Amino acid sequence: MKQSIFEILQNTPLTSTVYKMVLKGDTSEITASGQFVNIKLDGFYLRRPISVCDVNGDELTIIYKVVGKGTKQMAEMEKGSLDILTGLGNGYDLLKSGEKPLLIGGGVGVPPMFMLCKELIKQGKDVTVILGFNTEDEVFYEQEFKNLGAKVFVTTVDGTKGTKGFVTDEMDREYSYFYTCGPEPMLKAIYKKSVTSGQFSFEERMGCGFGACMGCSCKTVTGYKRICKDGPVLEKEEILWEN
Amino acid sequence: MGKLSVNLCGIELDNPIIPASGTFGYGYEFNELYDINILGTFSFKGTTKDARFGNPTPRIAECPNGMINAVGLQNPGVAKVISHELPLLKKCFHKPVMANVSGFSIEDYAYTCEKLNACDQVGWLEVNISCPNVHGGGMSFGTSPENAAEVTKAVKKVTTKPVIIKLSPNVTDIVSIAKACEDAGADGISLINTLLGMRIDLKTRKPVIKNKMGGFSGSAIFPVAVRMVYQVANAVKIPVVGMGGVSSADDVIEMMLAGATAVEVGAMNLVDPFICKTIIEELPKKMEEYKIDKLSDIIGGVL
Repeated sequence: MKQSIFEILQNTPLTSTVYKMVLKGDTSEITASGQFVNIKLDGFYLRRPISVCDVNGDELTIIYKVVGKGTKQMAEMEKGSLDILTGLGNGYDLLKSGEKPLLIGGGVGVPPMFMLCKELIKQGKDVTVILGFNTEDEVFYEQEFKNLGAKVFVTTVDGTKGTKGFVTDEMDREYSYFYTCGPEPMLKAIYKKSVTSGQFSFEERMGCGFGACMGCSCKTVTGYKRICKDGPVLEKEEILWEN
Repeated sequence: MGKLSVNLCGIELDNPIIPASGTFGYGYEFNELYDINILGTFSFKGTTKDARFGNPTPRIAECPNGMINAVGLQNPGVAKVISHELPLLKKCFHKPVMANVSGFSIEDYAYTCEKLNACDQVGWLEVNISCPNVHGGGMSFGTSPENAAEVTKAVKKVTTKPVIIKLSPNVTDIVSIAKACEDAGADGISLINTLLGMRIDLKTRKPVIKNKMGGFSGSAIFPVAVRMVYQVANAVKIPVVGMGGVSSADDVIEMMLAGATAVEVGAMNLVDPFICKTIIEELPKKMEEYKIDKLSDIIGGVL
């Protein structure tokens, strides 16, 4: 973990509520896709945990949804700098992917899939990506995933783009392993439908984001885990849904 | 003795800075960030007789200048703390540590304190009496002078190390409770624990925290903490450890002027994991600014 100051290079809307921010700073502690950063905002006591979408040298890309006052303030920032803790969370384990990994992102669960997809393709894997949204207006990053060289399928609940329905409606295909991030009902549906092992990234309201406060604990098959430090990525076999 | 040193119940601290229980785990994980031996000491995660998962999530709610938590004393239980956590800590921390203890009955407190008292690494026992008393109808031990005294006596009977009783601010007369602990043999008092608070989500109309209510901490509660430390320090002869919203070297000096011998830093560790290091580095500059030669000279020095 590292605390450092990042400079805002770009902060632009991708949809009416989802923003992409590119920051410049010390990214050395970001060692895996699926990790997150924790951002201090003026006037707010706790930091905002946001997943890492991409890292290019000293440039960090995050994609976030405006869900409350903190993220609204972030969306209004044009220039300036931010105090950020980097290198938080375990991230995805690429070693288990097999040759045909399936990546499934739902809503703001899509961003962490981007860096993961980039890394897997760099390793020569045959990557398929399923991106799930509610409606066409909410769709983002379809082309970016295609540009990486992945096969991309989009689902929308109302059928205004891609396949009508949920991400699970595109899961009847061959894959060696899967990685996913998204809302909990989606994760549960994937857990039931999946035919291989896989890794799930979870979200929880956090205090510190680095394992000190026990604010985001959950029960797993292998004992109590802190989503921020021992997660956010859990393996399929260790998940207990009773939480 | 350095200019920053203070004496807490017979043990010399290099400086008065103590990360508060529940914001610093069992310490060793913070050692990855900085050498934790620069601290006066730290108070480890509230430990109970048996392992506890704690409360359901969400356990955290943000507030203006603060936060509410309802973690619910998640900890591995005293046996595991002694067999697993303390050996890990021993590798990186070479000072006496403050053992924070919670319980749900008098017997719980005595059992856990006796076990931890036997550990060489433990310098002080900080007994948190804010938990609900399961035998006393769920009311916190810390809300009546009689119960507080009973816990103090039971712990003192089975321990040899300094016993610091950590008081809840959610009471009508903090002074009478502090005095009852002193009369029952307490070696020190620490305060304040969190203030009971609640937030409601306007969209869902549900409490933000699953447990509905939780402990409010952070810089917003600092003035309440200063007031209570001042009241208690003026009423007892034993040392007082001040805490509650401390976020800067200035806050530490203010807390000491109010009567604190040492100062715990809590919620701010969660926002800025380097805050205790920063405060320790800032203190000499601040002492110069406020013309303080030796930090211990200002304890209770408010005019």
